[in-house]
Amino acid sequence: MIINHPLLGPRDSAEFVYLGDANLIERPDPEAETAAREFYEYAYLRDNPAGEHRELWFHEAGDRSWLVVTRNTLTHEISDVQMARDVARSKGRSK
Amino acid sequence: MRYSGFKVIKEALTGHKGWKSTWRDPEQQSHYDIIIIGGGGHGLATAHYLAKVYGEKKVAVLEKGWIGGGNVGRNTTIIRSNYLLDGNEPFYEISLKLWEGLEQDLNYNAMVSQRGIMNLIHSDAQRDAFVRRGNAMMLNGADAEYLDLDQIKKEYPFLNFDDARFPIKGGLAQRRGGTVRHDAVAWGYARSADGNGVDIIQNCEVTGFRIENGKCLGVETSRGFIGATKVGCAVAGSSGRLMAKANMRLPIESHVLQAFVSEGLKPVLPGVITFGAGHFYVSQSDKGGLVFGGDLDGYNSYAQRGNLPVVEDVCEGGMAIMPMIGRARLLRMWGGIMDMSMDGSPIIDRTHIDGLYFNGGWCYGGFKATPASGFAFAHLLAKDEPHETATAYRFDRFEKGRMIDEKGMGNQPNLH
Amino acid sequence: MNQINRLKGGQIDRTQTLNFTFDGKTYQGHSGDTLASALLANGVRLMGRSFKYHRPRGPLTAGSEEPNAMVELRTGARQEPNTRATTAELFEGLSAQSQNRWPSLKFDAMAINDRFSNFLTAGFYYKTFMWPAAFWEKIYEPIIRKAAGLGSLSMQADPDAYDKGFRHCDLLIIGAGPSGLMAALTAGRAGAEVILADEDFAMGGRLNSETFAIDDASADVWVQASIAELAALPNVRLMPRTTVIGAFDHGIYGALERVSDHLAEPAPGKPRQILWRIYAAKTILAAGATERPIAFENNDRPGIMLASAIRSYANRWAATPAQRVAIFTNNDDGHRTAADLHAAGVKIAAVVDTRTDAPRSHGYEVLQGAQVIDSKGRLGLTFAGVKLADGSMRTLECGALGVSGGWNPNVHMTCHQRGRPTWDDSLAAFVPGGALPPGMTVAGAASGNLSTHGALQTGAQAAKAALGLKGRLPKLPSAEDAPVSQTPFWYVEGCSRAWLDQQNDVTVKDVKLSHQEGFRSVEHLKRYTTLGMATDQGKTSNMGGLAIMAELAGKSIPEVGTTIFRPPYTPTAIGAMAGRIKGMDFHPTRLTPSHYWAKERGAVFVEVGNWLRAQWFPIAGETHWRQSVDREVAATRASVGVCDCTTLGKIDVQGTDAAQFLNKIYCNGFAKLAVGKVRYGLMLREDGIAMDDGTAARLEDDHFVVTTTTANAAKVYQHMEFVRQCLFPDMDVQLISTTEAWAQYAVAGPNSRALLQKIVDPEFDLSNEGFPFMACANINVSGGLRARLFRISFSGEMAFEIAVPARYGDALMRKLMTEGEEFNVVPYGTEALGVMRIEKGHAAGNELNGTTSALNLGMGRMVSKAKDSIGSKLSEREGLNETDALNLVGIKPLDAGDKVTAGGHLMNADGPVDAKHDQGYVTSAAFSPSLGSMIGLGFVKNGSDRVGEKMRLVSPVTDLNVDVEIVSAHFVDPEGGRQRA
Repeated sequence: MIINHPLLGPRDSAEFVYLGDANLIERPDPEAETAAREFYEYAYLRDNPAGEHRELWFHEAGDRSWLVVTRNTLTHEISDVQMARDVARSKGRSK
Repeated sequence: MRYSGFKVIKEALTGHKGWKSTWRDPEQQSHYDIIIIGGGGHGLATAHYLAKVYGEKKVAVLEKGWIGGGNVGRNTTIIRSNYLLDGNEPFYEISLKLWEGLEQDLNYNAMVSQRGIMNLIHSDAQRDAFVRRGNAMMLNGADAEYLDLDQIKKEYPFLNFDDARFPIKGGLAQRRGGTVRHDAVAWGYARSADGNGVDIIQNCEVTGFRIENGKCLGVETSRGFIGATKVGCAVAGSSGRLMAKANMRLPIESHVLQAFVSEGLKPVLPGVITFGAGHFYVSQSDKGGLVFGGDLDGYNSYAQRGNLPVVEDVCEGGMAIMPMIGRARLLRMWGGIMDMSMDGSPIIDRTHIDGLYFNGGWCYGGFKATPASGFAFAHLLAKDEPHETATAYRFDRFEKGRMIDEKGMGNQPNLH
Repeated sequence: MNQINRLKGGQIDRTQTLNFTFDGKTYQGHSGDTLASALLANGVRLMGRSFKYHRPRGPLTAGSEEPNAMVELRTGARQEPNTRATTAELFEGLSAQSQNRWPSLKFDAMAINDRFSNFLTAGFYYKTFMWPAAFWEKIYEPIIRKAAGLGSLSMQADPDAYDKGFRHCDLLIIGAGPSGLMAALTAGRAGAEVILADEDFAMGGRLNSETFAIDDASADVWVQASIAELAALPNVRLMPRTTVIGAFDHGIYGALERVSDHLAEPAPGKPRQILWRIYAAKTILAAGATERPIAFENNDRPGIMLASAIRSYANRWAATPAQRVAIFTNNDDGHRTAADLHAAGVKIAAVVDTRTDAPRSHGYEVLQGAQVIDSKGRLGLTFAGVKLADGSMRTLECGALGVSGGWNPNVHMTCHQRGRPTWDDSLAAFVPGGALPPGMTVAGAASGNLSTHGALQTGAQAAKAALGLKGRLPKLPSAEDAPVSQTPFWYVEGCSRAWLDQQNDVTVKDVKLSHQEGFRSVEHLKRYTTLGMATDQGKTSNMGGLAIMAELAGKSIPEVGTTIFRPPYTPTAIGAMAGRIKGMDFHPTRLTPSHYWAKERGAVFVEVGNWLRAQWFPIAGETHWRQSVDREVAATRASVGVCDCTTLGKIDVQGTDAAQFLNKIYCNGFAKLAVGKVRYGLMLREDGIAMDDGTAARLEDDHFVVTTTTANAAKVYQHMEFVRQCLFPDMDVQLISTTEAWAQYAVAGPNSRALLQKIVDPEFDLSNEGFPFMACANINVSGGLRARLFRISFSGEMAFEIAVPARYGDALMRKLMTEGEEFNVVPYGTEALGVMRIEKGHAAGNELNGTTSALNLGMGRMVSKAKDSIGSKLSEREGLNETDALNLVGIKPLDAGDKVTAGGHLMNADGPVDAKHDQGYVTSAAFSPSLGSMIGLGFVKNGSDRVGEKMRLVSPVTDLNVDVEIVSAHFVDPEGGRQRA
C-alpha cells in the first residue's frame, strides 16, 4: 500500500507501524464519574467497520509522525491522510 | 449411510450409484429451538454436538454462502494444545482429545494426523517462556517435550545449523499436535449433524435480528424471517458485521492473515515446525504441498487478501530457518479475515440480549479449536451455562480486568 | 540426425547445437528451444506421470499453463522440482529427470493405481482408512504421503543468490503480444515511462507461433521492428523473462525476472532471479488467452495436446510431436493448426470438427459433425477413435492429436483484488469485468478481442486511455481480423474417464460424483475433487469442470460462478520471495561501541534482539561459562566491573512541559524531580499492565533523558510519540531517540568511584556528598570530552553509568580497562549482569512479560493516585487487584545443591501437583556466587504474605521437582546500603 503523507508525499506502507482505530485519540476524561466504564470502552470496544475506517499509522522509518489514515477495509483504498496531531487538536485535545 | 472401506469397494464395483448427497438441502422451517448462524467449522461442530450429545431436535445452521467457506476452508490445518494460560490450556486440550476421536465420532476421515508440532527456541528468554509453557501443558494433562539442540539436529537435520542469524538452541515439542484435512472437518460435521436431523441451509444470509424487549425472537434472512428460541452466532471473521445488526460493539477487530502453499513435493517435513525468531511456520500436506504462514498483515481488513511485504517477510523467515526450500515454488497465497480479539483469546458467551449467544474472537487459532468450540458452544446453548473448560471466555473479562493474554501484548489486536 | 521430428524454419538458432540429457539419455537441441520442444523434436512425447493414477503424460501446452510435462531440472543443490519443460529454456549441458515415477518413467510401478481407479474416485479417502484409529499415522498416511507429491527437493541449501528491486512507471504493460507491443509503442512514442514485461524469453506472444502476415511481411518482422523501436526509446524498459505474479494494492505489482535460469548457472555475482516490486500509475493487462481442451475418454495420452500448442511447436520451434497428426476442434482455430502443419509437411490424419458446417480443406480430410470419443496407445497416442456424424465409428492412426475447444481470456490478474469476471455469451468464456484492480485496463485477447487486428487496436486504445493521450489512434498495421465465434463444446457425451485436470487426475466422472454427493458449489467441487488445485491452478481445466457442474445443476456457467484467482500467476521460487534475506543477513546485526574491543578480549557474544552483546569474557584456564560468570560477579562485587549497556533505549525529552509529559508516561510522579536527579520510572500500557521500566534523569529543568529496556526501545519511543502527538498535542515537548548516539557503560562495585575519578575531569565532585545515589550530571572526561554521568545501580553495588558520544565509546572502554588495572577491573557480560540483578531482585524482561501489573511487581503503591497517567485508570479493575494476586518473590532451594529452573511452576508444599493447584512460576533463575546456590525470581499468589513458606518447584518438562523457600526478592544487600555508599 502507499500512504500519501501530508508532509512527505507518497510513502510505502512498509515504512509505517499500524496501531488501529483513530478513536484512540479520544482518551476519556479520567476525572469523569463514569471514567471506569469509558476507559473500558475506549480501550476495548471497536466499531470495526467493513468500509471506511479511520486509523492510526506511525511513520517509524520516516519522520515519526502519527497519521490518521482513512482507508476502506474492503478495498484498501485510502481516501484521506492527516497529521494525527492536527486531528487531536481538532478534537479539542491540548495539554 | 455409513462410510467404510467395504462400502467404498462395493460402490466401486457397482458404478458408484449408491452414494447419496452428503447432506440434505432442506427447506427452512418457520421456527427452530436453536439457530446457529454460520456454517463454518465452529457452527457445524456446534450443530453436531447439539444434536448428538445434547439431544436437541430442532436445530438449523444458516450459511450465507456454501458451508465450510470461511476460515475452516482456508487455514494452515494445524492442531495443537500448547497454550500457557489457565483460561486456555484445558480448553485446547479437550479440543485435541476430541480431534483424536473425531473420525470415529463422525464416521468421516478428516485425516487427523498427529505428526507432532515443534516450536524452535532461539534465546534464553524464549527457553524460559517455553519451559513455563511446557510445564503448564503437562500440569493440565497435555503432552510436552523439551528438546535440546542435539535432539533437534537429529530429528530435523535440514534446518539451518550453519549460518543462522539466530541459532537454534532447542525446542518445545508436542507430539500429539499435527494437522487435519481442513475442508473435511466442515464436511464431516455437516454430514453428521445433517444425519442427526439438523437443517443446514446454504445461501441463506442473515440480514438482521428480531429483538423485542431485550429478547431475540429470531433472525431476518435473505429467505425471510426464521423464528428461534435461541440464536447462536459463530461467524468469526464477520463477527463485527453480524453483531452490529444487534447494535453490539465487540472487543474484536478484523484483520487479514495470509497463508501460502507450495507446489507438491515428495515428503520433506515430518511434522509442523514453528520458527521462533521470525514469522514462519510450516507443515507439509498429504498431497505434498508445503503449507506455511507467518504474521498478520497488521491492518484492519475485510478484503481477504494481503500484500507483498508480508509475503516476503514469511518467505525470508522460511529461508532463514530451512534454506533448502529456496527452489520450491510458492503456488498460491490467500488471505482470510481474522476475528482478532483484544487479548488474543476467544469469546463463548451469552450476550446482554436474551436468547442471543456469541462465539468468536478466535484470532488465527480457530481451526484447532473447532471441536471444543462446538462442544462448549453447544453446552452453553443447551444448558445456558458455560462449559467447564470455557468459563474464562466471557465478554466481561475486559471490563473486569481478567484478560487471557497469551502473548502479553495488551489491547492491541494486531500484535496477538 | 536424431531430431526426427524437427521441421524446417522456426525461431531456433540451428548454428548452436546444445546437448542435454533427460533421464540420463543424451539428446541435441538448439538455442531457442525449450526442453519440451527439443524433446518433441527428438521424438520424445512421454515426459511425466500424473499425480494420482501415475498415467503416462506428455506436454499438453507450449507455455506456463502446462499441467503435465514437469521435470526435476538440474542436479545437486540446484535441483529444481516441478519445472515445466514447456518453459524451461534449453542450455548446453541441461540435465532433467522425470518425476513421480518408480523405477522409471516408462515402467512405473505406481501405475497400478490406474487399475484401481474405480476405487480411488474423488474423495474416497474421506470414507475409509478410519479403522483402527491408530493406523492412520502409522500405516495409511505414510503410504499416501510417499505416493503423493511430485518432484523432490535436493534437501540442500539453495546455492544461488536472489535479488529484489523496485521500479516505478507511468504505465506497466503485462504481456508483449500484439496488444502489449502496440500499447507500448503508443505509450512509448508519447514519452511515457513504460515497462513492458513478458514471461517468455522472446517477446511477441502469440505472434511467434503464427504464420500470418502483419502489413506486408510475416508477423515476426513486425515484432522485431517493434521491439527494436521500443528498445531505442529511453523511456521504455523491456523486461523479457519477467512474469508479473500479482496485482497488489495501490498499483503495486510483483514481478519475477528470471535472470539466469537459461544458463547452466548464474554468472559470477549475478542473481538467479529478481523479485521486482513495480509501482505503476496505470497498468494494461495484455496477457492473452489460453486455449481450452475438450474432454473425451482417455484424452490424456502423450501426444494429445492443445491444437495451438502443436501449432506453436511447429511454427516457432520447428518441432512436431509426430509425423501424423489429427485435429479435434469445435472452432476455426483448430483448422489453422491443421493448415500450418500441412504446410510444414506434417501429415494430417484428419480434422475432426464437431460442427456439421465445418469448413472443408483441399489439403486434408475434414470430418464434419464428428467427435473423438477415445484414444489408444500405452505410452503415447497411436490411434484416435472417431464417431462420425452418421454415428459410425472410424479409427484414425496418429501420433498426435491437437484439441481445440476455443479460447479463454487470461483474466486472472483482473481478479487478484477479488473482482469477478463476467460471462460473454458470444465467446462462451469469462471476460474481465466487475471491479478491476484500480488503474488496470485490459487489452487484446485477455479482454476477449481474439483477432490480431482486435489486439492491436485495443492495445493502442488502452494506452491512449490510460495516459489520457489526445488525438487520433496511431495508424495500425494491417492484420487478420477473422470473426471469432465460439460455441461451447466442453466434453463428449457419455465420456467418463475423460480428464479435466490432467495433473490431479480429475475426470468428468469425478465431477459427476461430486455433484451426486452434494458438493455442488464451485468451491465444494474444487475442494472435493481437487480440480484446479494443481501447479497450473486450473488454467486449462477449470472451465470444463464448471461447464459440467452447470449442466448437472441445470444452471448456466456464470450462475455456478468461478473460484477465486489468487497470486502468484505462476508458481514462484520461495528463495526469490526472500531475496538476500537469509543466513546471517536474516536480520541486521547491531554492534555495541565496545564490540571490537570485546572481540579482541575473546568475549562470547549473544543475540539480544538485533544486538550482539558480550555474554561473558572468558580468561585463560576457564573451561566452563559458569567459571567466567562467577568470577565477573565476584570481582565486580569485590572491586569494580564494567559492562556495556549502550543497548538500553535512550530517549531525549526536552521542552517546558517535559516533566508534565513524563508524569503522563510514568505511573509514578516526575513533576517534582529535582534537576541533577534520576528517578526509577514504571510505564504502564493504557490497559494498566506494565509496559516497560527504566530511569529518567533530569539534566536540566526542561531536559530529561529516559532509558528503556533493550527489547522495548522502539516500542516505548512509538508509545511516547503517540502520547505526545495524539493525546497531548499542545504540550511543549520534543522527543528524539538517542540510543545509538551515546555509548553507555555501567561502572559498578566498591571501587567504581575511585576508577571514575581517574577519568572524569577533576572539577567534578564524585564524592557521595557531591554526587549521591541517584544523581546525574553533564560532565567532561579525559580533559574536556562531554559526557553524562548517572549514579544508578542495577547490580546493587555502588555504581555509575557513564555515557560519551558513541564514537568515543571504544576509547572510553579501553581507558576504563587501563585505568582500572590497579583495581583489578573486570569487564562483565550480560550473564553476570543478569546474575547481579536477580541477586538484587530487579525486574527485567522476564518479569515485565506483558501480563504483569505494578501490583504483581511489588510496585502497586507507585501508581500515583494524585495524578492521571497512562494506565492508571484501567489498573484499578477488579481482576487486577485481587487478594490472591501474584506478587514478585525470591525463591531459594532448601538444599543448596538443588536446581532452580526458570519456567518451573510453584506448588504448595503438600497437595496435588496439577494446574488447578498452581501457585505461580519462576521467571528468572541463576546461580548466585554471593549466596552459593541457585536462586530465582518468580510470581506467587499472594506472595508478599508468604515469605518464609516452603513450596515445591516443579518442572515436569525438564524433569525437576525440588523443595524451595519463598524469600524476599532482594537477596543481596536488601537495605541498599552498598549502592548508597
